[in-house]
Amino acid sequence: MTATADAPAAGVLGQRAPRTLWGDVYRRFIRHKLAVTGLVIQVLLILGILVGPIIYPEDAEYIDILRADARPSLEFPMGTDDLGRDTLARNMEGGRISLAVGVVAMAVAIVLGTLVGLLSGYFRSLDNPLMRFTDMMLALPSLPLLMVIIMLFRDKMRNLLGPELGIFVLVVYVIGALGWMPTARIVRGTVLSIKEKEFIEAAVSIGVRQHTILWRHVLPNILSPIIVSATLGVASAILIESALSFLGLGFPPDVPTWGRLLFENKDFITYNPALIIFPGLFISLTILSINFMGDGLRDALDPRLRL
Amino acid sequence: MSRYLARRLLTAVPTLLAISMVIFAVLDLAPGDPTGALPETIRPEVRQMIREAMGLDKPMHIKYLLWLRQFFWNEPIGLLEGALGIEIGDSDSRLRIPSWGSRGTPVFDLIAQRVPQTLWVVGLAYLISVLIAVPVGVISAVRQYSVFDQLGTLFSLIGYSVPTFFTGLLLIIVFSVNLNWLPSIYDTNLEVRDWRSLVAQLRQMAMPVAVLAFFQTAALVRFTRSSMLDNLTQDYVRTVKAKGFRERYVVIRHILRNSLIPVITLVALGVPTIFSGAIITEQIFRVNGLGALLISSIQVNDIPMIQTVTFIFAVLIVIFNLIADIIYGVLDPRIRYA
Repeated sequence: MTATADAPAAGVLGQRAPRTLWGDVYRRFIRHKLAVTGLVIQVLLILGILVGPIIYPEDAEYIDILRADARPSLEFPMGTDDLGRDTLARNMEGGRISLAVGVVAMAVAIVLGTLVGLLSGYFRSLDNPLMRFTDMMLALPSLPLLMVIIMLFRDKMRNLLGPELGIFVLVVYVIGALGWMPTARIVRGTVLSIKEKEFIEAAVSIGVRQHTILWRHVLPNILSPIIVSATLGVASAILIESALSFLGLGFPPDVPTWGRLLFENKDFITYNPALIIFPGLFISLTILSINFMGDGLRDALDPRLRL
Repeated sequence: MSRYLARRLLTAVPTLLAISMVIFAVLDLAPGDPTGALPETIRPEVRQMIREAMGLDKPMHIKYLLWLRQFFWNEPIGLLEGALGIEIGDSDSRLRIPSWGSRGTPVFDLIAQRVPQTLWVVGLAYLISVLIAVPVGVISAVRQYSVFDQLGTLFSLIGYSVPTFFTGLLLIIVFSVNLNWLPSIYDTNLEVRDWRSLVAQLRQMAMPVAVLAFFQTAALVRFTRSSMLDNLTQDYVRTVKAKGFRERYVVIRHILRNSLIPVITLVALGVPTIFSGAIITEQIFRVNGLGALLISSIQVNDIPMIQTVTFIFAVLIVIFNLIADIIYGVLDPRIRYA
């Protein structure tokens, strides 16, 4: 369709502007309505979390009993909690932490998953042991195990790295270490099919070294599934962190994450629902928009769906 | 089929052993002293004797093997004795796994008290979600891009993304706080004896079941729909249609039967996930099931209880993986001979 529409304009020179790979991806992505909606929501949320505190400079930890349990008003757009702390400021602070956990935990999972997937897809001798290991990891009950590990190692990490950083590192690494398996499987599958392609054979035959083949020829070709699973990985990491915090097993009480806010305020649900609704809404919107973007990216990165 | 079955069983056993080793090692290597919760007035040498009596001074592999024996030998026999009211061998000296949190009551006795609550809520939620999800997914796929399909897809995307702890709290706000229709706290002591207590039981189960069912339905609808769509464009469908069969016959007798194979597998695979998902739901509505037991034992550092409950979750995963494999093998002969 677009080719015929562009033809008269481009026809003067007899050729069209060259199309790049990422240009195609971009064009396919912006035609995906839900994905664009997700992107817009996500950008708004991130802006709110990062730029918000500059526009609304309220201290998230400032306690003022005299203004406790305020309803949403012009002064406090989302009201205050039982200690008079500003809910909007706490939600912005919580969002920064939740998002940071999501991104870093995803990075840990993706690096691990890609490594395992690449090695087991490319080297036949490693395939069986690594995949059996992956299967075993998949059969671990992840939520109970996460809870147990965090409970057991919380104090040690706190002594080692301080209350906030210690828990952050622990949560991020444990979520990553228990979440890389789907990525590894997808990467392995893609590598197995890429490995049989002619260009790999060509590279081998002209004597390219193995790690160069992996790095320069295989890795760029498996980027699409990695990008998609990275996107969805952020959502699942945020979800897991929120669930842990909601069970009271995440960050310490003075660090507000969205899940932690739900946990702290769930007993005040009867007389101040705003305390629950806002953090819950932000978690849901984040995950929904990331899932929309993931779906859109999957379609956009699929080279079989040409424009 | 029997060779396929044997192969599957043989891979399940090492997996279970590996998992039990991981769970045991995580808890055993953890810093912190199990006698740390005891009063500080206990003298160090007495404390040392307590540690020896608990077997904490033994090397890890010995502790692991002893735990395995307790879990796979002593406990099943203990359960059998309890169920049949008989005594097998020397049952007094057979050590069962004691809970540190409740004065040495065997962990399995405590678990047995909690399982019915979890099973009721989880089982009902799962049944409802399968009953809703499969027809919705099928209709969505057959009428692709219709209003029904778009609503269904939107609904499943939302259900998939909104975390259960938020849906649960929202339901409490609407149905318990504002409308005052349903109780927000689950009463475990309620016994179903007559019509009124049955109604009370159904009322208190409504919200936890709805929360779990909503989430699970969303995931299943997506999967059923895409599985149907994969089959709709297959050659055999065109052939059957070309023979002149009615649309309904083609969908039910041919497309549905083939598309449901992966769906049934997913339903089997999803059972353990919904058990661990129930941990959160139980916490919202204060259902004192297995998840609540796990959380409370984590809070009081009851290591044997944590080990056992976590391992039970792992056993569930392995068993249902096995069931899924077997169902897949029965329904799809190509898998068996692969």
